[in-house]
Amino acid sequence: MRKLPGILTTASSVLVLSGSLTLLPVTTSTAGPAAGSVIEQGKAIAFDRKKGNCLACHAIEGGKLAGNIGPPLVAMKARFPDKAKLRAQIWDATKANPNTIMPPFGRHKILSESEIDKVVEFIYSL
Amino acid sequence: MKRLLTIAATLGLLTVSPVAVQASPQQDLKAFRAYFTKRFPDVPLQDFANGVYAVDKASREQWESIEEFPPYELNIEKGKKLFNTPFKNGKTYASCFPNGGIGIKQNYPYFDTASGQVKTLELEINECRKKNGEKPLKWKKGAIADISAYMAYTSRGKKTNVVIPDDPAAMAAYESGKQHFYAKRGQLNMSCADCHQYNAGNRVRADILSPALGHTTHFPVYRSKWGGLGTIHRRYGGCNKQVRFKPFKAQSEEYRNLEYFHTYMSNGLKLNGPGARK
Ligand code: HEC
Ligand code: HEC
Repeated sequence: MRKLPGILTTASSVLVLSGSLTLLPVTTSTAGPAAGSVIEQGKAIAFDRKKGNCLACHAIEGGKLAGNIGPPLVAMKARFPDKAKLRAQIWDATKANPNTIMPPFGRHKILSESEIDKVVEFIYSL
Repeated sequence: MKRLLTIAATLGLLTVSPVAVQASPQQDLKAFRAYFTKRFPDVPLQDFANGVYAVDKASREQWESIEEFPPYELNIEKGKKLFNTPFKNGKTYASCFPNGGIGIKQNYPYFDTASGQVKTLELEINECRKKNGEKPLKWKKGAIADISAYMAYTSRGKKTNVVIPDDPAAMAAYESGKQHFYAKRGQLNMSCADCHQYNAGNRVRADILSPALGHTTHFPVYRSKWGGLGTIHRRYGGCNKQVRFKPFKAQSEEYRNLEYFHTYMSNGLKLNGPGARK
């Protein structure tokens, strides 16, 4: 069950987001896996400025106006043969690199555990 | 007596050739500046005063044409008028500042040994009002930004000259500002340095991050996004919010100390405020 609208309203009223992290609307491509699939849900979360906002720093296929602070997310299966390691990187990037600018999505509860699972499925499909 | 003299001599020696026990502000400044001049070898030192436009050639031309008919021109006029309009008691702002308030912004913020705190230009504008029986102005925009913009304008071309006096309280204020700049904060866990030092020149989405060197030369700033002028503490609040951190109040001790460190890092850079930004 997707409860996005409710979550988004709460998020935007609780967190006053300003500036470049939230400037433009989310762009999702229509191509790719069927809408509603876990991968597709993960993609929506990853691209949403109020959720993962991964595009702020990473180029990802299908995303527009990506930043270049982090490496482009491509060939993820080759870079992360172990999916758990990929999840750990997203859950708390400071574990591997204490000085990283990448937000600790799980540790700081920026995303819920199930949202992270979905993002992992999406990123792993790249 | 003899012992006192020996102590004095030792202290004297220390000031002549500082010992690297703890990084001194001068050493910090040297390293900070070197970081940016190395990262952007093609940018002349004084050009860092132009913020993001020093490192983003693509948007620079557009910005230069904006600066030909600056959106803050009216604010300078308004500020000048306010600055010269006498208070009810007949005195003016000029009576509260050295040199009648003209061409002095390069010395701000400064550490006031008497009160043991960092004084910013805006803080003293409101102190001046109170001293003369007037109500203080709101801190982040409006009349205070106009007056500050006028005072900045009269200081254009002067080199940033923030002094850290030999006073443990001044050092503590400096250290607290430095700590704010480098500490990760907010739900997104980012420091000022993450964006404006280690990733200066990189893009967060479509926005290029400005180098922190030169950040303070052109405040207050006219921002298209604000549709008006804002003080540097308004900007601090905005950048704190971006990482989902609840901002401190404008002119809080925290932000005044941050401004102290932040501005000290740009010592030697020429003032060019007010500026215009996206
Ligand atoms: C504010 C910047 C920023 C954001 C937002 C961000 N990242 Fe990162 N990410 C980085 C940086 C920088 C690195 C490089 C590694 C480091 O800094 O330790 C990185 C590394 C990674 C890596 C490891 C890549 C590799 O091959 O080693 C993955 C996977 C990753 N990020 C996924 C994500 C996902 C998924 C999101 C969104 C949910 C995200 N990132 C959001 C900055 C960011
Ligand atoms: C998530 C990234 C991020 C963080 C963290 C961040 N900023 Fe910013 N900041 C920006 C962006 C984007 C802009 C607008 C583009 C530019 O000029 O860099 C900006 C602009 C500024 C400006 C205006 C620059 C100018 O020339 O007018 C100042 C000053 C500033 N930031 C200071 C800070 C300070 C101090 C902190 C820490 C309290 C901080 N920023 C934290 C992203 C960030």
